[in-house]
Amino acid sequence: MASLRKIKERLTCSAMMMLTIASGLLLFVISLGLLLRSREILEMKPIMELLTSSVWKPGRGEFGFWPFIAGSLWVTLLSALLAVPVSLLCAVYLSEYASRTVRAIAGPVLDMLSGIPSVVFGIWGVLALVPLVKDYIAPMTGRFSSGYTVLTAGIVLAVMIVPLIVHVALSVLRSVGNDLRDASLSVGATRWQTVKLVVLRKAVPGLAAAVVLGISRAFGETMAVIMVAGNVAKAPKGLLSPAYPLPALIANNYGEMLSIPLYDSALMFAAFLLLAVVIIFNIAARLILKKMENIR
Amino acid sequence: MDNSLEISETPHLRVRGLNVYYNGHHALKNISLDIPDKKITAIIGPSGCGKSTLLRTFNRLIDTIEGVKVKGEVMIDGVNIYDPKVEVTAIRRKMGLLSQRPCPLPMSIFDNVAYGPRIHGERGRQNLRNIVESNLRHVGLWEEVQDRLHKPASELSIGQQQRLCLARGLAVEPEIILGDESTSALDPVSSKKVEERFLELKNEYTIILVTHILRQAKRLADYVVFLYMGELIEHGPAAELFANPKESLTREYLTGIIS
Repeated sequence: MASLRKIKERLTCSAMMMLTIASGLLLFVISLGLLLRSREILEMKPIMELLTSSVWKPGRGEFGFWPFIAGSLWVTLLSALLAVPVSLLCAVYLSEYASRTVRAIAGPVLDMLSGIPSVVFGIWGVLALVPLVKDYIAPMTGRFSSGYTVLTAGIVLAVMIVPLIVHVALSVLRSVGNDLRDASLSVGATRWQTVKLVVLRKAVPGLAAAVVLGISRAFGETMAVIMVAGNVAKAPKGLLSPAYPLPALIANNYGEMLSIPLYDSALMFAAFLLLAVVIIFNIAARLILKKMENIR
Repeated sequence: MDNSLEISETPHLRVRGLNVYYNGHHALKNISLDIPDKKITAIIGPSGCGKSTLLRTFNRLIDTIEGVKVKGEVMIDGVNIYDPKVEVTAIRRKMGLLSQRPCPLPMSIFDNVAYGPRIHGERGRQNLRNIVESNLRHVGLWEEVQDRLHKPASELSIGQQQRLCLARGLAVEPEIILGDESTSALDPVSSKKVEERFLELKNEYTIILVTHILRQAKRLADYVVFLYMGELIEHGPAAELFANPKESLTREYLTGIIS
């Protein structure tokens, strides 16, 4: 009897371990698959040329990815710039100042917001933001714009990632022990001093993780961006230029490039780039955090 | 039971008709007592009797708990700290709190001690250095940490951390030290060191300790306050109360019949 229990114990343990390893391996398998399938184009063209050339003419065998990389950078950075301060202040308010009732309401609302399908955000962008940019914001700068711009996409993405960042940041802030707050308050610190000098400091690694998560999400977001970014294969020159971020490139063209040589491989390379950037971003964030923790 | 002035010194802290409610639960019931100046007062009683709650009313840390209502007066230097006009940060500054578990702030040893003075506007480097050194000496930590002042405070042992926290509290020059079972997370040697500090500090400060260790109260206290189920049962000079408790509840608690 006892041995049967032991066998069960060992079986469940190894089964769960295998599953864990398998999900971890999936990342490597996907990266490897993408890399292998983009080998064709990597063998034909030097990688630097692929990354920096601005000419995207698949029909003529010209595959310059710079417009898409730049497009992704523009919309992602803009969305981070808009979303991060708002989210962090919002999380600080909910964690440190709001009453239990407000927190009890805000939590579920935020969860619902982050559960809204991205296509809905896309539609909101098209119906509300595109006309706003086209009819009001662009004319203010004296320029014509279709309304499908970096600005529009950045705002849509920011709205999408705010609930995500707030959610994670809030749980990070709540995990900071109350005895730390008490220690600070008891020497006569105000609430804001306590937040700024103690709570935020303690929470920095977690908050950075929240921000990285939000930015990764913005970087990889496809649907909402396709609908509002304009999708012109030129590197954006400013907030009012259209953009064509990497995910949009892949989603718009995959399945329609069968007859063009190298096109398939080029899109695989785009997907690989996307994945690589997100992974590098995560690793870099982790390294920085490690370093910061050592200092403290 | 008007034995509140049996101790001849003038009181430092006067409590009058203090009631505390937590979401409807009556946690402290009509407490009135005087805490003598420059003595160690021990608040004893079984867990859940309201000891820590009482302590937290003294520096208004109780305000941070949601759903709490406080009625009555706590007077320090003739000022009722629950007067709406009172600046709560100024009140808290008068009291150093030493909590149950050592709780170093997420910064260096130096910055921990300098935290309070900086909060209150001290910027001079040399001044801060002097404050840090003298307070670390005060708690007997200087020799142990002087060559690693800029290392994170979390690298200290638990016992050292607790003395660091004491130094942090002292650095804002409080009048009163509040200890909330401050040795309960420490090993015996570290506890002894902290207790020794208390005995030394009582020459300059009024010290109020919450403790559930009777022997500790006997070792340290000049004055004892016994709470039971949110009520003040008895208070008086330690020698008297321990030798000759007036109330049967006190006697039962001291002899271990209730706990």
